[in-house]
Amino acid sequence: VKTDDLIRALAADCATRPMSLRRAFATAMIPGLAIAFGLYLAFLGPRPHLLWLLAEPRFAFKVCLAFLLAALSARLVMRLVKPGAESRRAALLLAIVPALLAAGIAVELLSVPIGLWSQKLIGTNALHCLKSIPMLGLAPLAAILLSLRQGAPEHPAIAGAAAGLLAGAIGAALYATHCPDDSPLFVAVWYTLAITFITALGAIAGARLLRW
Amino acid sequence: VRGEEQEKQWALLMRAGNAGDGDSYRRLLLLLTPVLRANARRGLAPAGMADTDAEDVVQETLLAIHLKRQSWDEEAPFGPWLRAIARHKMIDALRRRGRRITIPIDEFSEVLADGDAEPDMLAADVGRHLESLPRGQRTIVQAIAVDGASIADAAARFSMTTGAVRVALHRGLSALARKFRTEEP
Repeated sequence: VKTDDLIRALAADCATRPMSLRRAFATAMIPGLAIAFGLYLAFLGPRPHLLWLLAEPRFAFKVCLAFLLAALSARLVMRLVKPGAESRRAALLLAIVPALLAAGIAVELLSVPIGLWSQKLIGTNALHCLKSIPMLGLAPLAAILLSLRQGAPEHPAIAGAAAGLLAGAIGAALYATHCPDDSPLFVAVWYTLAITFITALGAIAGARLLRW
Repeated sequence: VRGEEQEKQWALLMRAGNAGDGDSYRRLLLLLTPVLRANARRGLAPAGMADTDAEDVVQETLLAIHLKRQSWDEEAPFGPWLRAIARHKMIDALRRRGRRITIPIDEFSEVLADGDAEPDMLAADVGRHLESLPRGQRTIVQAIAVDGASIADAAARFSMTTGAVRVALHRGLSALARKFRTEEP
């Protein structure tokens, strides 16, 4: 087949418009989030007096942090799958999250007596947290990766990692409304570990699934 | 400045193509081909690869441009998107042949004179992948690509609906891109 012939076939296929990336992403997220929320309701469930807790600074802090991470990593993901798009700034912006967390830890250390530090750090639910966040993030991760196959990431593993980060943030946001451990110390250790795990999973899956 | 004008024209044609104007789209791909070809030859020559290998890369890049065209934002500049796709496909081709070479693709607005000519003898091209497609897809792609049939012609010839022809064509092209990607050296 000559190149000109191939072009003729491509032009004939022009009317079959691929779904826009944003739309593919949104469409895949609906079942992804629905499954995560279903698992949340089935296995975890919200803490009692959830709305009232929003006035509790530590609780509000961890929930907001998870939402912020989700928003920033979603922005990064969408850039990473567009060839030639500027993604460095979106990646650097992610640093806001650990910076805020560090500030939260500083405040916590100043306001909690030394004797209680390790108790705050280990909490009551560490292993539960390690298991639950990846469990909640798995369906969103699959949905995100599936929709990103429409895109063209220059570095599939990195795009997969960003997808994992987003899925981890979604899992963390849900889990945060269940877990009674609100200390930034707890969040910094266990949430970070759990999110790192699903980020690595995203990178491995992305390297395979997002090649084009 | 000339490069900028050129990229603006490409973007214009691409937008028209996205709006369903097949003629503009075809013109765009025809305009891009010599640019991609010159670029592929320049990139592959240091690896000791022939012009026919370069033509492989050109065809693979055209397929990628087509199948990934939704990854270009209509408001974004066209050049960086095109260069990123061309670079990705070139690296892919070199890697498949077991070579790691850094490729300078910063500017390819200057088309080399010899970039216009397609090599006569194509040792390797879409053709060999075409053979491995499922029969339905193969006949449709062949009819439209090689025989120059329109969607409507193909539909009449194989007594299919135009919708079914479109689906077979699109699947065939996606499968071709996949074959390129998974090919062993």
